[in-house]
Amino acid sequence: MSTIHLHATDVALATLLVLTNALASLLLHLQLHRQVLWAATRMVVQLLLVGLVLRFVFQAASPAATLGIVALMLLAAAREVAVRPTRRLKGAGSYRIAAVVVGFSSIATVVLALMTAIRPQPWYDPRYAIPLMGIVLGSVLNSASLGLDSFFEGVSAGRPAIEAQLALGATLHQALAAPIRNAIRRGMIPIINQMSAAGVITLPGIMTGQLLAGMDPLEAVKYQILLLFLLTGAGGLAAAGAVYLAARAMSDDRQRLRLDRLSLE
Amino acid sequence: MTLLEINALTSPFGGPFTLTVAKGECVCILGKSGSGKSVLLRLIADMDPGTGHVSLLGKRREAFAAPAWRGRVIYQAAEPAWWAPTPAAHFPPAAAKRVAELMAALGLGSDVLDADIARLSTGERQRLALVRSMVREPDVLLLDEPTASLDSASTLAMEALLLQQLRFGLGIVMVTHSREQAARMSQRHFEMRDGRLHPL
Repeated sequence: MSTIHLHATDVALATLLVLTNALASLLLHLQLHRQVLWAATRMVVQLLLVGLVLRFVFQAASPAATLGIVALMLLAAAREVAVRPTRRLKGAGSYRIAAVVVGFSSIATVVLALMTAIRPQPWYDPRYAIPLMGIVLGSVLNSASLGLDSFFEGVSAGRPAIEAQLALGATLHQALAAPIRNAIRRGMIPIINQMSAAGVITLPGIMTGQLLAGMDPLEAVKYQILLLFLLTGAGGLAAAGAVYLAARAMSDDRQRLRLDRLSLE
Repeated sequence: MTLLEINALTSPFGGPFTLTVAKGECVCILGKSGSGKSVLLRLIADMDPGTGHVSLLGKRREAFAAPAWRGRVIYQAAEPAWWAPTPAAHFPPAAAKRVAELMAALGLGSDVLDADIARLSTGERQRLALVRSMVREPDVLLLDEPTASLDSASTLAMEALLLQQLRFGLGIVMVTHSREQAARMSQRHFEMRDGRLHPL
């Protein structure tokens, strides 16, 4: 495999594009230059830190180091899932749901992949476990937070219709069927779109990366297919899990809709 | 015979409420907006959490599954909400004959059934809401201003239908803004003031 190494000057050249962007914002009064520059700086610092950490973890090659990094990634993703929706459960409700859903769906799919399809030696080889976890978490994060956001929105806006059904003797399960269905669907749309567009409209990230790294195109495609299937599994688990847990958190033993447990941030 | 017995029913928004409704009896509740009338109806139907006791024909509310309770003690909100595009989808398919009878009694044509709900008038929707509640054959109806957007002819038709159901043993707790309506419907009137019931 042949990789073309980038030099500092190559990166500096690309920096010009960002600076041009900021300049254009200044000239056109878009008031975006601060944001663009700040985001670019942040990105550079974050990625350099991650690079350093990964280099350290790759050299350490110990299960503890790999698991430690994975645990940090899980926590960050769970926090993001809880915080992203515009509404949140009061207390730590959203965080609990996010932790359970993110943890279960991503660990289940990554472990499945590492035990069956990929099987690195040793199993904790960070070169496989960490990137795989990262990709799966990205998808899980999207599915779960979209599902939650859509569910909270659905029950808030749909409260009169839900309560009208309850008041006529419907079970909470019946009354919440529509918002639950819509929310899970909403959580699954990104991954469905990603699969439909793969290869035709976009070359997915992993495949692109492996092609750049010199891998045979068909081998890269196989990897990508495996990954997209993993992401579908993880996304489905995450969306459905998050929405059902949220539905449970918003009802009580008398099957009432408890909107008082929701707070607007 | 006591149908509905409410004992010290309380929530952070009102109460304690104590009230009994006999079989075939209508109790009217008057009072300003925001005085807690809907709070009481929602509490009775177990739509909101609270403390105190309610029983139906001597049987405690806790002994019913919550949906079963709400199916027998039906709360009808002041602004009825709909969850499907046509009225027909809101009725149990087996009740078609009863739906037709009730609609006729309230002066609704059968073409209304398959209309787009959003295009019906507020008055039509309010009458359909009563049909929707009554076809489920509850023991008690909790009505929140059921005639608020009806003209006087439709109001009298609805009252006639309700009075007829009272003779069959239905119990009604009705929130109304009209003293005249309260006088036509029942002998027992209460005023809701500061979250408490005061006999009138």
